[in-house]
Amino acid sequence: MDEAVGTAALDRWVRSFAVLVAENKDLLTDLDAAIGDGDHGTNMDRGMQAVVAALDDTPPVTASALLNKVGMTLVSTVGGASGPLFGTFFLRVGASLGDTAEISLAQLAAALRAGLEGIVARGKAEAGDKTIYDALAPAVNALDSAVSEDVDKADALKLALVAAESGRDATTPMLARKGRASYLGERSVGHQDPGATTVALLMAAATRASL
Amino acid sequence: MKKLINDPQDVVAEALQGIEAAHPDLRVDHQHKIIYRGDAPRRDKVGIISGGGSGHEPLHGGFVGLGMLDAACAGEVFTSPVPDQMLAATKLVDGGAGVLHVVKNYTGDVMNFDMAAEMAAASGAQVLSVITDDDVAVQDSTWTAGRRGVGVTVLLEKIAGAAAEQGRTLEEVADIARQVNANGRSMGLALSSCTVPAAGKPTFDLGENEMELGVGIHGEPGRQRVPLATAREIAQMLVEPVLADLPFTNGNNVIAFVNGLGGTPLIELYVMFNEVNRILTAHGVQVARSLVGSYITSLDMAGTSVTLLKVGDELLSLWDAPVKTPALRWGA
Repeated sequence: MDEAVGTAALDRWVRSFAVLVAENKDLLTDLDAAIGDGDHGTNMDRGMQAVVAALDDTPPVTASALLNKVGMTLVSTVGGASGPLFGTFFLRVGASLGDTAEISLAQLAAALRAGLEGIVARGKAEAGDKTIYDALAPAVNALDSAVSEDVDKADALKLALVAAESGRDATTPMLARKGRASYLGERSVGHQDPGATTVALLMAAATRASL
Repeated sequence: MKKLINDPQDVVAEALQGIEAAHPDLRVDHQHKIIYRGDAPRRDKVGIISGGGSGHEPLHGGFVGLGMLDAACAGEVFTSPVPDQMLAATKLVDGGAGVLHVVKNYTGDVMNFDMAAEMAAASGAQVLSVITDDDVAVQDSTWTAGRRGVGVTVLLEKIAGAAAEQGRTLEEVADIARQVNANGRSMGLALSSCTVPAAGKPTFDLGENEMELGVGIHGEPGRQRVPLATAREIAQMLVEPVLADLPFTNGNNVIAFVNGLGGTPLIELYVMFNEVNRILTAHGVQVARSLVGSYITSLDMAGTSVTLLKVGDELLSLWDAPVKTPALRWGA
């Protein structure tokens, strides 16, 4: 396959993510209002609208150029903690994929692993802190397992989505240890993390896009 | 919601236009939402920039000018600015001696300033960052995002600004700034919630006879919700934890800063200062200088915060040095 196939799949992924964020904007904002400052849905939606506009404006040719544009646009438009975190994620995924022509499952797993490591470097989050990490890490682990077990890519993406959704659900009983929610202490328990919810949407978009 | 606004979406942009119109010494980059000194960059002077969510005015834009900040980046209300803004501000004020970033310890602010510092370094600029985290209301720093940056930020921007104006190096200015943060402690209390224009309703509910002790400047919850009390009792609730934390002890000299959170009249702040001063005197802590007024606010929140900064001769002389900004002005 030629270079455009990889880039086209990434383009579908990002656009599907934008649609899912827009559809779930109010849910994300309500989740954030409970334990944060109530702007996660609005901020992510503003950022992803800007991403779509930037991709329409000048469609990037390579995988790394596309994801670099996504990352930089999010960093510049989202603000708060989500901008640097999701922005860094896409920048690192893009850097890992480089100018790859077709994205294999192993390449995809390695790229998302790089994105996760970027988020950890930026946000210093660990497992159980009630953050993006708690949904993304299980999804990346599921992809790694799929690679070693030689699972078909479409099935691997479904496994990653299930893992992300379980991770998302597992944030509800957690005590927040990062970000504004951490100031609530015990009062953060019983609420699903908005960032982890967005990660589940990101993985849902990957399955929809047949990444 | 009763506010002097046109459209909630335009509050930050229109306030910046107002600042530009009111203060001819200052310039505004409307695209990047930066307030900066008209004479920037100053050759061979360390540039100092800060920034954060809007809604805390006069912090930070009201402190741009001679002897304080060179530029301030305005985010949306209660939302950190983005790295492009800090990067643009860094370039605007870099006169060849490097640039200091003053960052309040909030997750979003720290990450966005980190990215900006990395981008600035990649483009050849010399940047150091200092984080303020003086809010003693946050008791568990290990399992939270750490103490929040509040009142000390105002004192730090003034003192570091004076050090930069004297021609000190970037390292020296950063050292002074760290010294201020290390020797300052604060705690706040809310009598009412605040209303973010875009939200249109109060951030949290507070009953007629309740106060939030240890509140943050975005309405973050404090140590506890307590029944309404007198100024004398409130001063006790705020000053004692601050004194115990550093600790400030008999014979210390301090700058005592009684701050209004936006919706409290100055007369009440002076009632508070009187009580704070009585407690300090009883502990043998000497008030070398004072600052009373609304300098780091939380929109229309009623309430106050108390900041104490332990000072020696050097910090005191930097505090006394000339300053000419919209919100702080003396000796110039």
